Amino acid sequence: MNHEVLAPAGPLSSQIAQLFWIFVGVAAVVYLVVIGFLVAALRRRNEANARTAVRAVSVAVGITSVILLGLGLSDFFAQRVIAATPKDPLRVRVTAHQWWWEIEYSDGQPSRRVRTANELRIPTQRPVELELTADDVIHSFWVPSLQGKKDLLPGYTTRLDLVASRPGVYEGQCAEFCGFQHAHMSIDVIALDPEEYSRWYDAQLASAPEPSDPVALHGREVFMGSTCVMCHNIQGTDASGSVGPDLTHVAGRRRLAAGTLPNTLVNLAGWIRDPQAVKPGTRMPATQLSGEDLAALTTYLSELR
Amino acid sequence: MSQIEQTWADAPGLKGWLSTMDHKRVGVRFVVTTLVFFALAGLLAAVMRLQLARADNHLVGPDLYNQLFSVHGTAMMFLFAVPVMEAVALYLIPLMVGTRAVAFPRLNAYGYWLFLFGGVMLFVVFALNIGPEAGWFNYVPLSGPEFSAGKRSDFWAQLITFTEVSALIGAIVIITTAFKMRAPGMTLARMPLFVWAMVVTAFMIVFAMPSVMLASTFLITDRLISTQFYNPAEGGDVLLWQHLFWFFGHPEVYIIFVPALGMISEILPTFARRRVVGYAAMVIALVAIAFLSFGLWVHHMFTTGLPPLGMSFFTAASIMIALPTGLQIFCWIATLATGKRVQFATPLLFVIGFFFIFIIGGLTGVMLGATTLDSQLHDSYFVVAHLHYVLIGGAVFPLFGGFYYWFPKLTGRMLSERAGRWNFWLFFIGFNVAFFPMHILGLQGMPRRVYTYSAASGWENLNLLSTVGAVTIAVSMLVFLVNVVVSMRRRERAPDNPWNASGLEWATSCPPPAYNFMAIPVVNSRTPLWEKEFPVAEVTGLPEILRTTLVTRLHDAEPDHVAILPSPSIWPFLAALATTVMFIGSVFTPWAMVWGAVPVAITLIGWFWPDKEETARMLSIEVKPPEGEARVEALREVLS
Amino acid sequence: MFSRFPELAAVLLAVAGVAGCEREQRRFSEPAGDSLTITTPLSDIKAGGPAQVAAGQSQAATGESPYDENAFAISEGQRLYEWFNCSGCHAHGGGAMGPALMDDQWLYGGAPDQIYSTIVQGRPNGMPSFGARIPRQQVWQLVAYVRSLSGQLRKDVEPGRPDAMQMRPAPSQTLEPRNPGSTR
Repeated sequence: MNHEVLAPAGPLSSQIAQLFWIFVGVAAVVYLVVIGFLVAALRRRNEANARTAVRAVSVAVGITSVILLGLGLSDFFAQRVIAATPKDPLRVRVTAHQWWWEIEYSDGQPSRRVRTANELRIPTQRPVELELTADDVIHSFWVPSLQGKKDLLPGYTTRLDLVASRPGVYEGQCAEFCGFQHAHMSIDVIALDPEEYSRWYDAQLASAPEPSDPVALHGREVFMGSTCVMCHNIQGTDASGSVGPDLTHVAGRRRLAAGTLPNTLVNLAGWIRDPQAVKPGTRMPATQLSGEDLAALTTYLSELR
Repeated sequence: MSQIEQTWADAPGLKGWLSTMDHKRVGVRFVVTTLVFFALAGLLAAVMRLQLARADNHLVGPDLYNQLFSVHGTAMMFLFAVPVMEAVALYLIPLMVGTRAVAFPRLNAYGYWLFLFGGVMLFVVFALNIGPEAGWFNYVPLSGPEFSAGKRSDFWAQLITFTEVSALIGAIVIITTAFKMRAPGMTLARMPLFVWAMVVTAFMIVFAMPSVMLASTFLITDRLISTQFYNPAEGGDVLLWQHLFWFFGHPEVYIIFVPALGMISEILPTFARRRVVGYAAMVIALVAIAFLSFGLWVHHMFTTGLPPLGMSFFTAASIMIALPTGLQIFCWIATLATGKRVQFATPLLFVIGFFFIFIIGGLTGVMLGATTLDSQLHDSYFVVAHLHYVLIGGAVFPLFGGFYYWFPKLTGRMLSERAGRWNFWLFFIGFNVAFFPMHILGLQGMPRRVYTYSAASGWENLNLLSTVGAVTIAVSMLVFLVNVVVSMRRRERAPDNPWNASGLEWATSCPPPAYNFMAIPVVNSRTPLWEKEFPVAEVTGLPEILRTTLVTRLHDAEPDHVAILPSPSIWPFLAALATTVMFIGSVFTPWAMVWGAVPVAITLIGWFWPDKEETARMLSIEVKPPEGEARVEALREVLS
Repeated sequence: MFSRFPELAAVLLAVAGVAGCEREQRRFSEPAGDSLTITTPLSDIKAGGPAQVAAGQSQAATGESPYDENAFAISEGQRLYEWFNCSGCHAHGGGAMGPALMDDQWLYGGAPDQIYSTIVQGRPNGMPSFGARIPRQQVWQLVAYVRSLSGQLRKDVEPGRPDAMQMRPAPSQTLEPRNPGSTR
């Protein structure tokens, strides 16, 4: 599994996992001791001395206070480490929608900003600072392997830091109930070695490639002439809808529809033909297309790497 | 029939049933109503568990699933957990403090009817596809006017209105009865711990409910008449909802939990056969829990990006509340250890179940109270596990212990011990099988409130196991139901004090007569029935041609005056009907508050209109103060 | 006017209670195309000819609207109205380059099928044809929303205020079409 709190893949989540084991260890000991006393009290044959019992209660309260203080302090210090502001982070702005993630990589130069959706690729070993906000209702960004979660609230900007120690795919899911398809609002965080990340980033800056064959060309015509352009954007074409996910490099993503489906041709076609069958309540409507048009459209989209 | 029986009797038939002021009859129907809601909400949970048993399941779609978990949570929290504790209290407190009735019998009845109508409304609208769909805490903006179409969220907010008015009424009745109607000699230091727990709970209700009332009112007005409380674009704030709701919501769970602590403090000493160790510490612990519980609410908002230093205070408070709770647990263990040889029976089994289950919930609560850990665990199935461990372990198990314990008092029959053991073990095992795996699911990244999950997630096996546990719980509830039905039909009657307990409620017959005590006893001990002599004295001279009881002073329970209690009346029932129409109407139009107030006013007039015959009787028992010489004599006597 | 309210409220309650079923349905997908596609005959309006402003045209709903009683569909229409930039020409109902939608004056008819045709076919002087761009189900959702803007639908079905800057009173709060030019 690549979405486990106790299988951390970064220093922040490791810190949290460590703290968790401390709490669990203490809790287990406390539980066994208290239950042990309970069972002994139930089973004993002679009355215990009342004075001793009262003294025992006082001692127990004292020990409990010390334990609670220790746990509280350990949490406080762990929090300080995690909340520390990172140096020179990669800044990414994430806007949550019902039920997908809009991602925009910040950069000093506007021409070097990348917009994508539902998949966040980051370089390893470098802190990534996410600026989080929501467009409609409250959502929550949670990638357990890398960090705790943070809510995305309309009218607020919240912050979350991610650091991945090693390359890999780390799955996450929206963790604040946000409507019909809260269950299908996943995010893939893919950590890459820094050079590979740079290569990927530069490829993302490029506009969509021209269709390679007549089928794909027809597919683009279908895209431009149909309902798609009302919502979606493909850099380098006239399609510049901004209310749905950016499709410029959709073929390079691991999953479709915010993690609902693996990204295959068949799934893509099925999704376009009837999104409501896969993700009932989703904002994307079914579109009436002939079989030929649908195949062409899918071919075109599958070339958008 | 003796005079007192005549005075306290209810009219026969439906009219008598609707107009009774007997706190015991109202209490029993109140408990039964909450148990019906418990069963219904439990069935909804069973459907949810069936949907989640397999990955990518299609038993239930997202729209219905959202309503299922919202109605399950709303019904369990507002229609079962709090009301059942109040209902048990309204039944027991007058018996435990040695009086004839609750302080405000008509208000008490009104509170029940309002609760019933509100609860029925919730399930009726759910059946009509208008059930709440945004969770039991109904966050904005999802529940607001733009993202929740139709009337679903409005009915949720009105359910809050119904239940919060009913809860406030119960709280007022409990506080007044416990403070002013105790038997002479029952100082505050001799008051039973269950009564202390209910007084503390009632104060928590009084301070917490207005917050949710405010939150839900703002939601209603945002949706109905375009106020902007939760609209960031116009200066409102989505976090305002969370602060207002959780300022109520956190004390709410202690409102559910503290009465259960009181029940354990009544049951456990009986079976340990000695009074509880550390009475004063127990009372202080209850009060400390109540105070601290108002300082924890932000731990539900740790992931909203609030400043870390501020959140640390709430971590500290959340962790600190484990201390008074722990103190209670230690005192109970000490009581068991220092008593005579423990006698085992089903009530004690459930109390022991509390220890095993609740302590786990308390420890996971400490984990969730730590900001760092909460950032991973919040809104995951770990929280679902935790909340069920503390609510079921901490409140429902003691409640069931209380059912088995006080069933003979309510009905005059004992529940079957054998069936009780089956009930307990099925419940205990089923509960742990259902909810322990959820801790692990949360750690594996499963968020709350998802109607399905993919096979690739790896969550299927534990979900299936959890469903098996849920079905086991359902079976245990069936066993309980069968136990109740069969036991009610037994010919053999229960003795007055089957457990040989020490409280005043066991000094009456099983079930008690309408007037509770033939003569109000005088007490001089915390455990009156365990003293060599009971009662040490009795109150005589209370008029019997009217419903009267003795009102005593708050701190030392010295007699103060004779209170005349109202006679049976249909008006509380009618007033509740009128209020219901007003509340439901205001879901659709604000004018309902204006025009709906007219029938309410009419019923209130009927409620308070004096009865000629009753007034005549009151006048006949009045004693005029002496005049002239006799007055001087009387004064001299009083002053000497 | 006050005397009308109790009866109005009572009728509202009764109707709303019974009609609750339809109001609260969430229909995510309609059966493909056919039942939602209609063709209304083109009007006699020609470019350069007289504009026909029939005051009574909005009274009779000649076609069927599948969503006039469905609160979810109307709230979807509210969302799509912003997403597809209807407000670019019609503002939030008050009209700008395009005519006001909040009043009772309909250039091409205010009945459901007429509004549907206007959206799908486009109209002279700047109303684009959205027939190829918006699926039928969404067109009907927009039709229902547009009708709610002019106060033609039941109060309990109309949407409340949006969670955005307030450009106009919420449809559920307006009793009558709000425009100074209204003939009512």
